[in-house]
Amino acid sequence: MTPLLAVRGLTKRFGAGCGECLDRTGALRETNRCPRCGAILACREVSFDLYPGEVLGIVGESGSGKSTVVRLLHFDLEPTAGEYRLAVADAAAGGGGRNLFALSPFQRRRIRNEHMGIVYQNPRLGLRLKVSAGGNIAERLLMAGWRHVGRIRERASELLRQTEVPLARMDEPPRNFSGGMQQRVQIAKALSTRPAVLLLDEVTTGLDVSVQAKVLDLLRSLQRELGIATLVVSHDLGVIRLLTSRTIVMRHGEIIEQGLSDQILEDPQHPYTQLLVNSVL
Amino acid sequence: MSPDILLRVEDLAKRFVCHMQGGKEILGFEGVSFRLPAGAALALTGPSGAGKSSVLKCIYRSYLPGRGSIRYRTADGGDIDLARASETEVLRIRSREMGYVTQFLHALPRVPAVDVVAEPLTAAGTPPAEARMRAQALLERLGIDRALWDAYPATFSGGEKQRVNFARAVIRPPRLLLLDEPTASLDPRAMEVVVAVLSEMKARGTTMVAVFHEGSPLASLMDDGCALPAKEPQR
Repeated sequence: MTPLLAVRGLTKRFGAGCGECLDRTGALRETNRCPRCGAILACREVSFDLYPGEVLGIVGESGSGKSTVVRLLHFDLEPTAGEYRLAVADAAAGGGGRNLFALSPFQRRRIRNEHMGIVYQNPRLGLRLKVSAGGNIAERLLMAGWRHVGRIRERASELLRQTEVPLARMDEPPRNFSGGMQQRVQIAKALSTRPAVLLLDEVTTGLDVSVQAKVLDLLRSLQRELGIATLVVSHDLGVIRLLTSRTIVMRHGEIIEQGLSDQILEDPQHPYTQLLVNSVL
Repeated sequence: MSPDILLRVEDLAKRFVCHMQGGKEILGFEGVSFRLPAGAALALTGPSGAGKSSVLKCIYRSYLPGRGSIRYRTADGGDIDLARASETEVLRIRSREMGYVTQFLHALPRVPAVDVVAEPLTAAGTPPAEARMRAQALLERLGIDRALWDAYPATFSGGEKQRVNFARAVIRPPRLLLLDEPTASLDPRAMEVVVAVLSEMKARGTTMVAVFHEGSPLASLMDDGCALPAKEPQR
């Protein structure tokens, strides 16, 4: 099977760097901060594949670099090094299997608008809280080239129905919504353009347990229905168990272990993964 | 591997390294070898703690095998070592060819019993209405009270959970079925139904590896056995 998304050697350094940063940071050195020059290696030499229809988890504590990976893949940040290929994006970008990081900002924006959806932990990042829920979705559809107002409104109400947001509140700004409903509007917006890849960054963190359960159930049923290849970033092994079939474990910016999700949970190999699993059960 | 062999396990071993206890090593099992012709059933036997369930978990790859190989003949005639296969390959075989019944149900939370059972069918493309009907028929046969079909299995008794779990694993008969004490908490009547279902599946060609207690009626289905060697006492 050909991967839908392939990442190789993804590295993000904050700071000038000194040439020894890579040797002096990482899981073995137990830090992501270079002791010589003070640069932060938020993620280093991260490589993985995401296959069509698959749900892949990235788990790790705060500072492990998992959210940095997602932001790099969504072009929210510039990478220091690395390659990033998306099987569907070739035609749009005008190049067969090209490294997306080498494309112009314009081409990248286009790929992001047409092929990617993202849901952030913080709704403030994914939504304009003062613009109506329907308007938030319309804005995204406009960016992806939709022009017909009637069709945009129709699609927005279809999505809000799918994500169980009461249609009566479509013209209300998400500022007035509960945390769980804001996440559902974000999910509706992310799905609006029928993206090839869905990026979920700690989407249930900070919600009440019962609201978390509802959001997770929604994601699971959308997953069954739509089969979108999804990257789930979470520090919560319960979320990983519920949503994913494969899992990557990150620590200090580095991948330390990867495997089938049930294997990671039942037979973790790396000392840190064992600590993580034993801390929950 | 000769073409009539479906599963060939050779010198399989599993050790656990507990890093939280100073890298202490615990032996799961070692030196396990057997070969299983297509359509046959094999019982893993041995004293409790010998590692019988761990062997099944290694075949399913919930455990990462240590030494040894697990050669499996796929439906399309391929020969794959499940001990070393990529995760993507294992997932593909799990979803299309391999079933696993555990003693314990790790049911998805907040999903009604009938949907838990129907899911493997819908995932394979059966229309939801038909999948639900077949799931209901199977639950009925296994003696699950109609009132429970739309309830969440998390609230069920041990025996009811076990039957839901069993139904989910067999509703779409796999080529290779791994059974870990599938009748442990069942009453004699339910046990009889489970044995009847398995015997029909076997007649249609499903290959089985099973772990069960001595005296279980599952013994009547077995063609062969593999006794796990006793472990050396550990220091």
